[in-house]
Amino acid sequence: MKFASHLARTRVMALTAAAIVAVLASGCHKNSKPNYTAPEGAGTANTAPTAVITADPQTINVGQSVVINWRTTNATSATIDGIGSVNLNGTQTVSPTQSVVFHLVAKGDGGATAEASAKVTVLVPEAPNVPNGSDLTDDRVFYANVADVFFDYDSYEVRPDGKSAIDKTAAFLNAHPTVKVVIGGYCDDRGSAEYNLALGENRANAAKNALVSAGVAASRLRVISYGKEKQFCSEETDACWQQNRRAQFTPDK
Amino acid sequence: MRPTATLKTTLCTLAAVLSLATLPTQAQDWIRAGTDTGARIRIAAADFKPTNGDPGQLAQMKQVFDTTLSTDLGNAGIFDLVSKSMQPNVMPGSPQEINLTQWATLPTNASMVAFGSVGLEGGSLVIRGWLFDAKNTQTAQVLGKQYTDTPTVESARIIAHKFADEIILRLGAGVPGIAESHVYFVHAQHGTKEIWEMDYDGQNAHPLTHLGQISLSPRISPDGSRLAFTTLDNHGWTIRMYSLLLGRLVAYANMSGTNMSPAWAPDGNQLAFSSSATGDPEIWVSDNSGGGRRRVTNSRGPDTSPVWNPRSGAQIAWISGRSGLPQLYIMDADGTNISRLTDGGYATSPSWSPNGQFIAFAWNRKYGPGAPGGTDIYVMEIASRRWIQLTHDIGVCDFPTWSPDGRHITFQASPDGRDLHGELWTMLADGTDRKKITSGGGNTMPNWSWH
Repeated sequence: MKFASHLARTRVMALTAAAIVAVLASGCHKNSKPNYTAPEGAGTANTAPTAVITADPQTINVGQSVVINWRTTNATSATIDGIGSVNLNGTQTVSPTQSVVFHLVAKGDGGATAEASAKVTVLVPEAPNVPNGSDLTDDRVFYANVADVFFDYDSYEVRPDGKSAIDKTAAFLNAHPTVKVVIGGYCDDRGSAEYNLALGENRANAAKNALVSAGVAASRLRVISYGKEKQFCSEETDACWQQNRRAQFTPDK
Repeated sequence: MRPTATLKTTLCTLAAVLSLATLPTQAQDWIRAGTDTGARIRIAAADFKPTNGDPGQLAQMKQVFDTTLSTDLGNAGIFDLVSKSMQPNVMPGSPQEINLTQWATLPTNASMVAFGSVGLEGGSLVIRGWLFDAKNTQTAQVLGKQYTDTPTVESARIIAHKFADEIILRLGAGVPGIAESHVYFVHAQHGTKEIWEMDYDGQNAHPLTHLGQISLSPRISPDGSRLAFTTLDNHGWTIRMYSLLLGRLVAYANMSGTNMSPAWAPDGNQLAFSSSATGDPEIWVSDNSGGGRRRVTNSRGPDTSPVWNPRSGAQIAWISGRSGLPQLYIMDADGTNISRLTDGGYATSPSWSPNGQFIAFAWNRKYGPGAPGGTDIYVMEIASRRWIQLTHDIGVCDFPTWSPDGRHITFQASPDGRDLHGELWTMLADGTDRKKITSGGGNTMPNWSWH
């Protein structure tokens, strides 16, 4: 399995690719250039408010921050949906967890308003407009939305932190019902090779059973034990041994 | 369960019943599982005399023959082999040329002497060998053999093994020697693990498989014709069957899940193995093409590494994590009469002795996070549950395998436990005469042929 044998490299590549895509996306995203709407209306034309709002960057990964910057003129009050009343001009750093449109409404005297909006695309919790296939984007989305399940030494019981990983993975799989998964069972390099193959099998099956309990069809899940044959790291440390004692999810293609 | 001073008495009793004997100079916690019942026979292996043929062509064949014969007799575990420096400086090539007094007196002081000739006759390698009783000049000849084969170094090596086995059979209480036996093992290289074969002494190592994948747990069939092992591909672990007669894989039907650690029944008609077809690794038994499957264990947790009682074929020993850390168990081959043999620690990789009395296995008695315990080779006598530790301070030891004569155990050891640093070692079944027989690293999971 190339995913397992080049796990570390795959992850680095995925992150690098994600960063590149983010940069490209922010540079090419024409549709979300700040809108400027100056209502032409009766009355006090000279004092009609204006509003501009920008987001930088316009595309982020979950957990990253985006800077919102807005300017108004001739306004007496301003609000941004989801934030509330704001200063007439301002800057704010936010970390949205999903794609959002920041909608600025500036009100001037006489009831005139100006609106502007800036869209921020958050890449991760959702995989919008990406069909299930085999391109790099898919893998990136997959790995961003599943989490390895780690085990105690010589144990195949799912720990509380493993249940969180299962919940996250199950949510993604339930939202993407065509994605199939290989669950790899891994052991640290202590202990005997044959026994570790059986133990890795139990670990992968524990993760599988937890996903099935969370609503994922068993037919989408395939289990392979790697025992101690595919080590993620090779230091003789508790941290490395822990990294190696896991059930890991990869796309089944 | 720890050996006590009473074990020596018990083992002396065992010696009478089971042809066991304690080593006279060793502590009481050592046993001898072979058939040696007392003083070793002092034997000399003369350098064979080169006769007909081009000396240059003959030199290497003779050198390999002399070295192999000496090594085989020294390895047998039943002889006190006279060192070459203690021998008379002669090469008797025939019974007419030997002066037995030279060999029977000090410093040689041999009871038995093996001698003979190496030559080329009619394009063939011809080796004549004799075994004489040095202290019985009236009827000295115990053995006389002539071997003819193609003139190669490999032929010389094989003939030396055959002649050594003839000598061992005559002088070793009728138990056939192991000089012609083979060891199958896993060799790691370039990210793959292939199945290799070598002579019992580590010579002549060569790959059997070229699958470019990870293959583990080679197990040779009782008749030596087929090798079962397990291989990882994109679908997981499946048991493969390799024919040594055809030189290729032959059919074996697998179930779903992880199928691993095959083990031959002594009749060659059945395999025990571990399969997770039910979602949990259990011990199963099939015929030797994968048909007629039946599940033998039914317990949550890892069950793996089965091995049959090679004498009765009626019991299976295996490793189970049903109670936590892996422990050694035995049961009847139908899954009844389950009995746990180890009292704790981390026990793996059982190998059942040819006489059915002992199980060798790897054991870390103080296994645990931060625990300093080492993993060593142990032997347990099944009837009494008494055990002894055979290895000390040579790193992480695993996968013991008994020789066909029950006098030797080969195993893997790695200074840091990594497979890539693994080498194969051999020792007598009481833990003495230990030596490394591979080099270069990446050598693990030995499995000794049945003959």
